[in-house]
Order: sequence, then structure tokens, then C-alpha cells
Amino acid sequence: MVAPSGAARPDPVPADARTVLDENDIARALTRITHEILERNRGSADVLLLGIPTRGVHLAHRVARRMSEVEGREITAGSLDVTMYRDDLRLKPARSLEHTEIPDDIDDRVVVLVDDVLYSGRTIRAALDALNELGRPRLVQLAVLVDRGHRELPIRADFVGKNLPTSLAEKVKVTLVETDDVDAVTIVGGAPA
Amino acid sequence: MTFTHLLSAADLSREDAVRILDTAEELLSVASRPIKKLPTLRGRTVVNLFFEDSTRTRISFEAAAKRLSADVINFSAKGSSVSKGESLKDTALTLQAMGADAVVVRHHHSGAPHRLAHAQWTQGAVVNAGDGTHEHPTQALLDAFTMRRHLVGGGAGPLGGKGQSLEGKNITIVGDVLHSRVARSNALLLDTLGAHVTLVAPPTLLPVGVDHWPVQTSYDLDAAMEKSDAVMMLRVQRERMNAAFFPSAREYSRRYGLDVARMNRLPDHAIVMHPGPMNRGMEINADVADSDRSVIVEQVTNGVAVRMAVLYLLLGGAAEEENE
Amino acid sequence: MSTTVIRNARLLDEDVVDLLIEDGAFTAVGTGLDAPADAHEVDATDLVALPGLVDLHTHVREPGREDAETVLTGSRAAARGGFTCVHAMANTDPVADTAGVVEQVWRLGLEGGFCDVQPVGAVTVGLGGERLAELGAMADSAAGVRVFSDDGKCVSDAVLMRRALEYVKAFDGVIAQHAQEPRLTEGAQMNEGPLSGELGLTGWPAVAEEAIVARDVLLAEHVGSRLHVCHVSTRGSVEIIRWAKSRGINVTAEVTPHHLLLSDEVVRSYDPIYKVNPPLRSADDVQAVREALADGTIDVVATDHAPHPMEDKECEWSAAAFGMLGLETALSVVQQTMVDPGLLTWADVAGRMSYRPAEIGRVAGHGRPIAVGEPANLALVDPSAERVVEATDTASLSRNTPYAGLTVPGRVVATFLRGRATVLDGELQEVYA
Repeated sequence: MVAPSGAARPDPVPADARTVLDENDIARALTRITHEILERNRGSADVLLLGIPTRGVHLAHRVARRMSEVEGREITAGSLDVTMYRDDLRLKPARSLEHTEIPDDIDDRVVVLVDDVLYSGRTIRAALDALNELGRPRLVQLAVLVDRGHRELPIRADFVGKNLPTSLAEKVKVTLVETDDVDAVTIVGGAPA
Repeated sequence: MTFTHLLSAADLSREDAVRILDTAEELLSVASRPIKKLPTLRGRTVVNLFFEDSTRTRISFEAAAKRLSADVINFSAKGSSVSKGESLKDTALTLQAMGADAVVVRHHHSGAPHRLAHAQWTQGAVVNAGDGTHEHPTQALLDAFTMRRHLVGGGAGPLGGKGQSLEGKNITIVGDVLHSRVARSNALLLDTLGAHVTLVAPPTLLPVGVDHWPVQTSYDLDAAMEKSDAVMMLRVQRERMNAAFFPSAREYSRRYGLDVARMNRLPDHAIVMHPGPMNRGMEINADVADSDRSVIVEQVTNGVAVRMAVLYLLLGGAAEEENE
Repeated sequence: MSTTVIRNARLLDEDVVDLLIEDGAFTAVGTGLDAPADAHEVDATDLVALPGLVDLHTHVREPGREDAETVLTGSRAAARGGFTCVHAMANTDPVADTAGVVEQVWRLGLEGGFCDVQPVGAVTVGLGGERLAELGAMADSAAGVRVFSDDGKCVSDAVLMRRALEYVKAFDGVIAQHAQEPRLTEGAQMNEGPLSGELGLTGWPAVAEEAIVARDVLLAEHVGSRLHVCHVSTRGSVEIIRWAKSRGINVTAEVTPHHLLLSDEVVRSYDPIYKVNPPLRSADDVQAVREALADGTIDVVATDHAPHPMEDKECEWSAAAFGMLGLETALSVVQQTMVDPGLLTWADVAGRMSYRPAEIGRVAGHGRPIAVGEPANLALVDPSAERVVEATDTASLSRNTPYAGLTVPGRVVATFLRGRATVLDGELQEVYA
């Protein structure tokens, strides 16, 4: 369930948008990430997938479906809202909260955080803080669809769909059918000077 | 958010109110975590300014602020300079000097929070925690929250009603409406949320002009029971009978008290509420208060989540003056 | 004494004339008057000449609360408002219930020289509502008290009220009743109506005023005495008074400027600057008192000028004091609510703010027409002026005006008390040789 404020915001793709991943690219990337997670953790027994709202949750659910197929058992993903842990709350008006749903106890599990874009790393820092107050995982890993660089914190992803070098002037947009009608990763703006 | 203070339930649009309830829904889970704390309001100062004793409400706000990591200063008028004649203005100026980001104010005079917010004595957000016989908006919010959890989206359960209002629900509020800030705030908020409100009281305890409120009124409790989705009993002070509002506690209880026989006339899904503290045997019978239909204890739990939501939405983002 | 000539003043019959003032009285009225070379000339072109205004209802706070107002500061404020005589209410500390206190107030007014201060005597000892004060002694004192009132409190005991009405017949006195049934108004904070229910402020029902007005007109009829009803605020009171007058009952009534202008809607702000007794009423009541003042059911405008220190207003509504300033804004409010909409002419204003109040209060030398041989009590008013009321722009010691920030019409340019200019060009005149 998605809060209304975070739901379906039909984002018209601007004219200068360049598509870097299409539907098939995304599907292949998620499949690869799924296998990497299973390989790294020797199966799914300890793995707990937690998506970061909004799009990270949809990605986590997709990974969970693929994982269920491979493992032959029902694997569900949860969601972890990090709004209350953000370090930029006071820069904008108060934001609506997204849903946090932890399907299982996280103590001694391998929590795999799933997000759409890894950028400054601040969202992931907030997610680590949020996790910290929910319990003590044995291991925390990070899976992202796109890593666009420009880290502001010492954080890196364990599983990356695509590394996408970008300029700061550019915007990376991830659209997913669950919220935006179409699966795509596009880059907007930042035309070469 | 379209409000910078929470002084009256009338300050809230339906969108605002639903947003607060949705936020509270997410925050409710914090209470069941091993660490019941969020870092969100770290470095912010919330002052609980209580000119009137109300341990329940103060504790609820205190827990809410502390779970959001705000610094909480409890300022009780009793035994302080306030009882020595310091004015509301000077108290407000003191709080301003201490850097209060929010002032949660409980006051025996109607309108005192309004004064505090609009006389420019303090810049913090003012949250009305009950003023005289005027309003108690966070109580109304927690009541609406409790109703939504039980009555919307297939009944009890988390997220049953998320994003939704109380459209079409029939809520009966019974008792001393005249002196009740809870009734005023509930009538306004429930109307905003689309519910149909019926106020039931002896004519002496309905305010003049109640016909201008967005509610129906009735003098007959029995007639209201069968269509009620929720019935809320208001506290009735026994002393009221000294001012001839009703002849005796016994007569009041007979005509307007909720006993088991009356409760059994409610529809199966209906809930029984009370803002507390209860006068058992007066407006509510002990068997009713302790029955399965009673959500009175849950109201207290929900109060913390709703107050967290209000504080978060008022203080969690950028204050306007801090905008670059 | 000096000589003053006022040029081109517009009289109430619209004639534009010169006025010659010698030794405190008008000595000539006409066009192109010759004046002595040393006469002080005042240009009154485009100004309306009103007889000096008389207020039946002022609180000067002295003795007792000299921090809020003194006889001197109150009379300076009165002069700025165009008044030459005010009636000082009895609810001072000590209460003006003895010849000693009323004479003190009266003398302080004379010494100040800005305005005659005519004391009102208390009806009951200490405003206690139990025993009659020595009404006769006050009447016989140098102050010559004729108006008696427990204002601030109601003479609610029917027997006491009857006796008071009867007793003052001996010296042609009048009982000015503050009509407020005490039991119906216990803890009352504002007009009882939809808004009081919404704001959670204890209601002050119209019937609490009307029940007393009804009782008192019947008592006045029964004992054949004079009754004056203070600050009428409700349509019901108006209708009772209208009925009483039609029956020939000897009743007069006053309305305050604030009840002519403001309705209870302003209470929404919870700003105690609007807290007053009787409370601001509904828009319909405002309409009713305007109509009643126009048709003469309500005889006079009286200010109920009630100064309070800031700390009694900068607080919670229920903790705040009742009352608002009125002397310096009364004429402007009357112009705005009654003259500009065509309900009253300036001649009517003279009747309701000078002639009639002086007649009710039985004050000699005030409320007289502008004519040769009459005392030169005069207010020159510029009806075309506009001004924004500022709380600090006052001669009162207090600042509790409800009109701060409002633009109001009209300005008192000059006031003369027995020929002496107390105000010229809108400024108080300390010395005028």
C-alpha cells in the first residue's frame, strides 16, 4: 500500500530526456541483481529485502518475485520509510510519511536495502539509522538500480543495476509501471556545455 | 500543511486531517518497536505549558515529543511564577527567549492559545491542548483516528482506512456539550471528515446557537443508539447539578448515561468511546467501560501517535522564516 | 477675560456665521462681525459648530486607579473629543457614595479647567446593592449631583430600586441603571449566541439586560419617577423602551459609540480590547440601536469611556477587564454610523450629544444653543477629515481603544469651555491668554 501523496504522479518525460535503460534493460538488471544476492549470501535463507519508498519498494518486490521463482518458495519484501531519519528535513516543508513494513524480525538477518538511485548516499545513511532502531541485522547490503555517483558519504552499493556517470546538472529519473505507467531510466538536462 | 498552529479543529481542511491521521497511522508502529524513538525533532524544543492540571494530556504530549527526540520542557503554572501573577504575555516572552519551537498549551481560559499564537508574543507553533470550554483539537484527532481504525476499511486493523475520511459514519456524542471542549472540536473535525454527528444532551447542556453547528441534536439518547457507528460519552461533572443543569446525578445517569441495556441497542460493529477521565456510574456504567466495544484504552495509545503526527507536521519541516 | 472671534462657522441650521465670544459667553452671532483688534481669531471655514458635547457616562478612575485615568487626564481626553462636560461614574475607590468624594471629583474637574466634571453618585453604599447611599447629601453638595448610578453593577434588588427611584424625586434626580441581571450573567464573557457557543465563552444573554429594563420601566411608571437606562445594547431593550415611552413612562436611554459600530464578530480574535460590559452584541442589535437613536427611542449617545491599564487587556479574554476608551472617538463613530449614512443630521447630533444629555443630567450652562447670551461651550468639527485611530494618540492615561487602525471620519478641530479654548487645531491648549 502506498500513501496517496507518494502515488502515481504521472511524470511527463521532458523532451530532452535520454533513455539509458528501457524496460528490458531494467528486467535484466533486476534478474542479475537477484542472482548476485543469492550467490553472495549462499541462498535466500537469511535474506530480508527492504525497499526504500517509493520506487525502491517496487524494485524490492520485483526482486522478491524473481527470488521466489529461483528458490521455489514464497519470499516477500518489506518497506522501510526513512523520512523521519533524513538529515534534510528542515530544508523543506514536512513531508508525508511512507509506509514501513518489516515482514520479519531483522535481528541476525542479512538485510538487503533496495533503492532506485544511489546518489549522495544520504538516503542510505538515513536507512541505516532507521534499521538501527528496529534491531541488529548480521549484515546490511545495498542494491540499487542505478548508481549515478557524486557520493557525499562513505557509502557504496553491493549490487548495482547500472553505473551511470552523470554531471551534477543532470537529473536521473526512474519510472516504473507500478507508479508511472512505464519502466525506464532517463537522464534529463545537463546538455554538454 | 495549511496550518502553522493547531488552535481549533476548524483550522484543518479534510486533506490536512486525513494527512495527520495517515501520519499517525505510520507512527503508531513506533510504540511497538524495541526503540520507541525517532530522531526527527532532534534539537527542537517543545514546551508543555500547562496552566491547568491534566496529567494525562501532558504525559501524552510529552511522550509524543520525546519519541520524536525533541527537547521537552514542562512548564506547569502551579507553583510557578504564573500562580504568583505573571501574565500570559510574560510567560510567552520567557518561552520565546528560551527558543521554544512549539508551545503546547493547556489553559482554563477559552482562547488563551489563540492569544498566544496571535498576539506575537512568541514565534513558536502553538498547539492547543485544551482551552477552557472552547476546543481540544488533538483529542478530536485521536478520536477520529480511533474511529477510522475501527469503522473504515473493513474494521480494525492497521491501514484499514489509510487515505480515507469518515464519510457517512454516524457518530453520537452524549453529555455536557455546553462545557465540553472535546465536543466542540469533535463536532467540527468529524464534520470536516464527512461524518454525521448527533449531539445528545439535556437541553440545559446544549449551548445556545448549537443549531448553527454542523450537527444534529437530540434530547433522547435511546433514539440515537440504533444508527450509531460510534457513541462518545462526555464527562459530566457532578457539580453541574448545583447550577441546576440537571436535578440529580441519578436522574442524569438514568436519562443520559450509557448502561449495558442501551449499549446492546448499538449495531454490532459500533464502538464506545470516552475522552476520559470517566465518571463511572455517572455518564458511563463500569460494565460498558470495560466491555469489548469500549475503545477507551486504545484512545490513550492512539493519542501519542496522533500528537506525534501533529508535532512532526508542524515542526518536522522547514519553518517558514528559515526558508532561504 | 479675553475676546475670541470665530470666523465662518457653519451652524446647525446651515447658516455660516461669525461668533464673537466675550467673557465666556457668545456676545454676537452674525456675518462679517467686527471684532476688537486684540481678539483672538479662529478660522472655522468648512467647520461645523456644535454646542459643547456632554457625556452622561465617563469613568475617570480617580480616586483609586490614578494609573488608569485621573480627573485631569480624563477631562483632557474629553476636550479632545469635543466635550465640555462629562459625568464621572461613581465606581471609584472609594466609591463616590458620599458628599466628600463627589465634591472632590467635581473640584478636580474645575481645577483642571478642560471640562466640567459632573460627578454621578452611587445609588447604594459602596455599590453594594444593599443600602441606599446618602443621595440627598450628594444632591445638596457643591457638586449638585442629580444622576445616581451603581454603574458597573446593577441595582438588582427590586425594592431597593423602587426606593431609589422614589427617593430622588425629592431633588429631581434620576437613577441611571446598569441593566444586568446578576444571576443570568455569572461568569459571562460575551454576548450569548452562536458565537459564544463556538468560542466556548460563557454567554451573556440579551434577556439579562432586557429583564431589568422591563422591570425598571414598570417600577418608574409605578412610582412616577425618572429612569435612565445606561448603554442599551439589545433590540429587546430598545423595544421595551419604545413601548415604555409610548405609555408616557419617564424613561430615557443612552447608547455607546461602540455598540453603534461593533458587533460580537470581533470577539473571534479573543482580543480583550473588545471586552466590554454590556458586551458587543449581534449585527441585528447594532442595527436596532442605530434605528432607535435615529428615531429618538434612545435619547443620547454616552461614551462609557472606561480606561484600563495595558496589563488588564494584554491577557486572556476571561481574565481581562471590561471596558474601552471612548471620549476621543465618540463623535467620529457617531458620524460614521449615523450622520454619514443619513440617519442623523448634525442638528440631531447636537441634540443627542449635548442638549439632551445636559437635560437628563440637569446640568446648567451646558447643552445650550449657540446664541447670544449663552455660555460659549462649543466644539468645531471638520466632518470632511479622515483619520486613522492610533492607540497612542490619546490624552488618556490608558490606550484601550478598540478602534486602533480603523479609519474614521471627522475631527474635532477646536473645543471651547466657557470661552476658553481647550483644544485648538486638534491640540490641547495648556494656557490661553
